[in-house]
Amino acid sequence: MTLKSRHLLGLENLTRAEIEYFLDTAGSLKEISSRDIKKVPTLRGKTVINLFFEASTRTRTSFEIAAKRLSADTINISASTSSVTKGETLIDTAKNIEAMRPDLVVIRHPASGAPELLSRWVDLPIINAGDGTHEHPTQGLLDLFTVREKRGKIDGLTLAIIGDITHSRVARSDIYGFQKMGARVRVCGPPTLIPPGIESLGVQKFHRLEPALEGADVVMVLRIQLERQGTPPFPTLREYSKLFGINLERLRRLKPDTLIMHPGPINRGVEISPEAAYGSHSVILDQVENGVAVRMAVLYLLSGRSVDA
Amino acid sequence: MMPKKIIDAEGIERILRRIAHEISERNQGTRNLALVGIPTGGVHLAHRLARIIKEMEGNQVKTGELDTTLYRDDLPLKGPIFRLKRTDIPFDLNDHRVILIDDVLQTGRTIRAALDAITDLGRPKNIQLAVLIDRGGRELPIQADYTGKLVTPTGSEEIEVRLRETDGMDEVIVQEKKPGEKPILTR
Amino acid sequence: MPRLIRGGRIVDPSSGRDGIFDLLIQDGKIARIEPRIASLPPDTETIEAAEHLVVPGLIDIHTHLREPGYEYKETILSGSRAAAAGGFTGVACMANTDPPNDNHSVTEFIRERAREAGLINVYPVGAVSKELKGESLAEIGAMVDSGIVAVSDDGHPVMNSGLMRTALEYTQIFGIPVISHCEDLGLSRGGQVNEGLASLRTGLAGIPAEAEVSMVARDLLLARLTGGKLHLAHISTARAVEAIRAAKAQGLQVTAETAPHYFTLTEEAVLSFNTGAKVNPPLRSAADREAVQNGLRDGTIDCIASDHAPHSTVEKDLEFSQASSGIVGLETTLSLTLKLVQQGIIPLARAIALLSVNPARVLNLKKGTLAIGADADITIINPNREFVVNPDKFFSLSRNTIFAGLQLKGKAVITLTRGEIIFRE
Repeated sequence: MTLKSRHLLGLENLTRAEIEYFLDTAGSLKEISSRDIKKVPTLRGKTVINLFFEASTRTRTSFEIAAKRLSADTINISASTSSVTKGETLIDTAKNIEAMRPDLVVIRHPASGAPELLSRWVDLPIINAGDGTHEHPTQGLLDLFTVREKRGKIDGLTLAIIGDITHSRVARSDIYGFQKMGARVRVCGPPTLIPPGIESLGVQKFHRLEPALEGADVVMVLRIQLERQGTPPFPTLREYSKLFGINLERLRRLKPDTLIMHPGPINRGVEISPEAAYGSHSVILDQVENGVAVRMAVLYLLSGRSVDA
Repeated sequence: MMPKKIIDAEGIERILRRIAHEISERNQGTRNLALVGIPTGGVHLAHRLARIIKEMEGNQVKTGELDTTLYRDDLPLKGPIFRLKRTDIPFDLNDHRVILIDDVLQTGRTIRAALDAITDLGRPKNIQLAVLIDRGGRELPIQADYTGKLVTPTGSEEIEVRLRETDGMDEVIVQEKKPGEKPILTR
Repeated sequence: MPRLIRGGRIVDPSSGRDGIFDLLIQDGKIARIEPRIASLPPDTETIEAAEHLVVPGLIDIHTHLREPGYEYKETILSGSRAAAAGGFTGVACMANTDPPNDNHSVTEFIRERAREAGLINVYPVGAVSKELKGESLAEIGAMVDSGIVAVSDDGHPVMNSGLMRTALEYTQIFGIPVISHCEDLGLSRGGQVNEGLASLRTGLAGIPAEAEVSMVARDLLLARLTGGKLHLAHISTARAVEAIRAAKAQGLQVTAETAPHYFTLTEEAVLSFNTGAKVNPPLRSAADREAVQNGLRDGTIDCIASDHAPHSTVEKDLEFSQASSGIVGLETTLSLTLKLVQQGIIPLARAIALLSVNPARVLNLKKGTLAIGADADITIINPNREFVVNPDKFFSLSRNTIFAGLQLKGKAVITLTRGEIIFRE
């Protein structure tokens, strides 16, 4: 198996076989987290830089645990982007980090395309831990992993993504990932939060929740941003919740084996009610658990030099 | 040189029966014994030995599988070029005597990795090693407790163990090394 | 010194002349154009132009020279050199410098610097509004006296329709055009790329075509209302082309320009987050590109402008959303325009008109022509010269071009202003 790229910048450019390689590897690594001694020596002597330009406890912790369970050394750098003109540019920061000879760089950044920029300037494998409103490939992989684990397959399933599609990097990665793995994808939300031309990605578009949930095997509920600049895309959170919130009443209409997912952190009572978030359909905590295995797989597979055999 | 069959299906079955007897004799029975195979050949051999022991003694010994890839000593050199397999030890190692099972023992490096892997998973009462073929060429001070057959091929020859679970037939052959063929995944 | 340009193919859209002629320059003016000029004044220098095109000196109606204020990106001298190397003998430079060209002293400064450079004609464009803020009119009359040829807040739209109306009315005293940067900020604010394929795939905020189209429509209405002279800058969308075509069909006096990137590229160029392809308005869809090409062919679009927008790596080697918009164009615009000719999209004479007589007419300049007695501003082009765009060889101080590495054919090899050679390859 050969990975085309030494980076993981998004799922858009991965093949199905490459996605499966990541998922299979994660499947082998998941067992390590259930041991008493949760560590293997695999990445001993490797240094992983977590370069986070955006607050994210969950993703950063997940990457850090993943790296440590593989015995890599991890350094967390939380940087601010507020003073772009006064401070150091991303490229300068990255060149400085490169000079300290780490082996992998994980980057979270509020600007779409920042990992691509880094990959052009730095001779290191770059792992995208979420860039602006572009992609969040490890989230996409862990969503795929969780669905495959719970349902045994992804082919032929129907995924419904509910919420702010326009500004969601998770939605983009899930759309690419699930489609490549043979699932049908629906998106649902107010027209103000669905990007024009979304159908060109091969997804079905809904503006009402009920038909979007009808027959869905997996429901991905996206976080609704409470604060946003400019004209609000809907009148109030209360109205959003009424139209698009996943609650007990709506859960009853799902198939019994439908999975409810959420990339976290949840806004209780806005896009999802507590009963739905922790009810029998929910695999939200499985997603978090699987996130570690998936990130271990990504770190492991991108850690090596390329070998010609 | 044409590939030369050095052990046939019956031969493999005879060897496994002998090893099963030796294991039972050395351990004074098969209670608290666990057979842990190293993928992929070792796993199939572990299940076969468990079946033979069940026939012999009526006792179902535990089996597990142990992937040594993450513990390889050539990882820092070569990187993640080997596809990961499964580790599945569905019992508490601390209560058991563990028989590691592999198809071919050569340098001893895989067994070294397996010992590290086992140690991370628990502390068995003891660890023993059973192999179908010992083809010499050790690079570490490791020896098998149970050996099916000792084979010493020339430098240009290689041993291939074929098992019906994966290859559709049981046999061990000696053949010329195929040039450039390496069991690796590239990236 | 008298100069003879011998045996070139003279293409002069202002007169319709197209054929092999000798051209004699005396006292900085075009003295004679004849099939064969045998009797030459003493000391005539001869420029052999066989197999070359001899055309009116090109005029760029939309350039950013960055001086005063951003001399690290470009100066009037470096920009003049880049223009000459690109075949331009005149450029109209936009007002968004620091300080902006919103008063006569800045205009005079620009003219003085241009005189010192002594290469090309620099035509300053004054600001529509004080400090380009879109609130109240700049002292346009004083700037006209100092030499501006048009007004524009380019870089910013004039969002206040009342102010735009006033500008279109007031400038009628002077007969100069108002050059409009058509962008409705309410629709485009925060946008980075075309709304559509590019915004969908990159996740970057989109700028819909309607941000341009709605302002084009507004400005056409205001031009009709006021009778003012309106010129629409950097048209990028199919529906804007359509609106302009309809307005012209109804007899409205309006002119428009586009830039090479809009007829050459599409939004596909930004999918890899290449900031070199970040421009405002953004690169649009393939359908928009085709409509812009059609507009060039049928005369809906009058001019090709470089929209030369120099930026240093400080502004470009950044996250896409942080990077500045714009690409340098003075040294690639002619070749990219000739590419349209090579592709059969427009005839050669139109290509030259779009770059010479048409912008001259918009700006009321007695230029862009090879008429007898006119200033000898002349560009000599080798139409077969093949080259690869190499920003390291640019005369411009900036290197920000998405066209680096592109193989092109056809290039200016000699540029003359008032009979003097200012660039020779």
